[in-house]
Amino acid sequence: MNIKVAQRGENVMKQDELGQPVTRNEDANHELSIRVRDLDLWYGSFQALKSINMDLYQKNVTALIGPSGCGKSTFLRCLNRMNDLIPSVSLTGLIEMDGRDVNESKMDEVALRRRVGMVFQKPNPFPKSIYDNIVYAPRMHDLVSRKADQDELVEKALRDAGLWEEVKDKLQQPGTSLSGGQQQRLCIARAIAVQPDVILMDEPTSALDPISTATIEDLMDKLKQQFTIITVTHNMQQAARVADYTAFFHLGEVVEYNDTKTMFSNPYTKKAEDYITGRYG
Amino acid sequence: MRQSFDDISAQLRARHRKSARLKWTSMGALGLAVLFLVLFFADMTIKGLPAFQQAQIQVEVDYSEQASQLPLAAVNEDMRRLVSRGYLRLIPGRMQNNPELLGTTTTEWVLADGQVDQYLKGHHSRLSDSEKAVVDRLQEEGRAELRFNTTFFTSGDSKMPELAGIASAAMGTVFTLIVTLAVAFPIGVMTAVYLEEFAPDNRFTQIIEININNLAAIPSILFGLLGLAIFINFFGVPRSSPVVGGLTLALMTLPVIIIATRTALRSVPDSIRHAAFGVGCSRWQVVRDHVLPLALPGIMTGSIIGLAQAMGETAPLIIVGMVAFIPDVTNSFTEAATVLPAQIFTWAGEPDRAFIEKTSGGILVLLAILVTLNASAVVLRKKFERRW
Repeated sequence: MNIKVAQRGENVMKQDELGQPVTRNEDANHELSIRVRDLDLWYGSFQALKSINMDLYQKNVTALIGPSGCGKSTFLRCLNRMNDLIPSVSLTGLIEMDGRDVNESKMDEVALRRRVGMVFQKPNPFPKSIYDNIVYAPRMHDLVSRKADQDELVEKALRDAGLWEEVKDKLQQPGTSLSGGQQQRLCIARAIAVQPDVILMDEPTSALDPISTATIEDLMDKLKQQFTIITVTHNMQQAARVADYTAFFHLGEVVEYNDTKTMFSNPYTKKAEDYITGRYG
Repeated sequence: MRQSFDDISAQLRARHRKSARLKWTSMGALGLAVLFLVLFFADMTIKGLPAFQQAQIQVEVDYSEQASQLPLAAVNEDMRRLVSRGYLRLIPGRMQNNPELLGTTTTEWVLADGQVDQYLKGHHSRLSDSEKAVVDRLQEEGRAELRFNTTFFTSGDSKMPELAGIASAAMGTVFTLIVTLAVAFPIGVMTAVYLEEFAPDNRFTQIIEININNLAAIPSILFGLLGLAIFINFFGVPRSSPVVGGLTLALMTLPVIIIATRTALRSVPDSIRHAAFGVGCSRWQVVRDHVLPLALPGIMTGSIIGLAQAMGETAPLIIVGMVAFIPDVTNSFTEAATVLPAQIFTWAGEPDRAFIEKTSGGILVLLAILVTLNASAVVLRKKFERRW
């Protein structure tokens, strides 16, 4: 493997320790959750991801930032194989979770998504009741069957998502009747109800007002006690506020993967510095 | 050059005139269409409503020994020609079933002959002058009147207009549509689900798609030929039966249901599919639990409209033998039957003028059912419509 060692201020990430952040965040957990090696992805003949190497750690918030079209959302969707739904996508490389390559032929993408949940950009609750939104997936995966267990699970998921107090009296109302911020928290509750290991968030607050955004950010901070959270965001302040580690994507490459504090105060690469200081993007 | 408002208004006048002209032309077109519709309905109603009434006359029926052999003898000589032969024919049977009738004489309201009916309704009739005089006298005495025509709704076809009804055609339609729905709905919906949710987008599926769209535009009589060749000649399905008619109409309805279902599936937003995949649904669970329930109103609306279309169809049924004279009310899938539009077609070809009103009456019944079906489709759509 061709390993480049870059000097501070150059446009290439230091890769002597492949896929690891440049600077360690001493407060963060460093048990490996997902290991990504040499990931290349094409939409037809367009290469959207180029040789991505990243170690994603458990019970952390990792933020993916970068200008539009840089491949951060595409990368996120690789982690639970949502890209399978797009026929023109092809990829090579390794995405390893729990010692298994998630793209190997024996890996069932349904099993993967059971362990890697997802929250989308636009809140998309099912057009069912709040209760059914939460209980649908656990019931489908045979995690609960008794009514009492279901009730308990719904309450716990809604409490963890910080929504319980607001909706406890109207669990049978449709999920779509809630406000945008509440809907997004309902979607988070739906994702955590199946007790996944990882929650992917694809710009979870970009459709929300500032107050709902703040609520969701607090929630992410709380949820990282239990889950590994990987979030894509356009909002750099948000990354700075919530993430332990931040990866900067540009033109399909990870330009810099660094401890968030270091990234925003003293970025290693020139490109990241330019982006963060608002010189482009 | 700077223009004043007056200058600009003067220029605009011609443009406003043009748009006014367009408005009036289009309103005229609409008015014409409405006029035709009103004329059609008025004509059908005026001609068809009398079919729901039928003349009855009060006669003395003499259940004599002779009448059990020769039913004509049961009725007074100058009344014989005025009573429906269909009624007289029943007398021996009734006497056999009920021996106590023998030797009694009763005064009964009985079905009048079709000609009497036409005379009472003021239409041309073949009654002689003396017969007309008798009918006039009966009417004056209150012994001849038009009453609600239950026969029209309870009996099958007949060569005697006073006995002809649409019940057998209606039952035939019911049985035929059950077969059509049972075949076309599941096949159509599953085909659409496969094409929309599972199939890869390649040349093969594109060819199938084009063919389905073309199928919807094929003249319906060709489906009749197909039905004759495949279902009757190859599979040996009994001809003239609701089974073969239903299968033939199912072929015709399939593309309608497939296209409607695909449209309905496509209108379900992808965010719902993503949400479902995101919580670990398999493709089938996504379709069954999320996409299909949301698409169902659209699917039902399309299917009902397809079914209504099939219900009004006559051409393909001519070929599979369903345009037939069926006097008995159909009550199975395999016996010979006819359907409402075919019955109307048959009546329209009858030489007896009394069948004109039967034809229009049949059309009214068919229209009422079609309007009900289409209205229920609209109601379903409104009721289950979701906004995102």
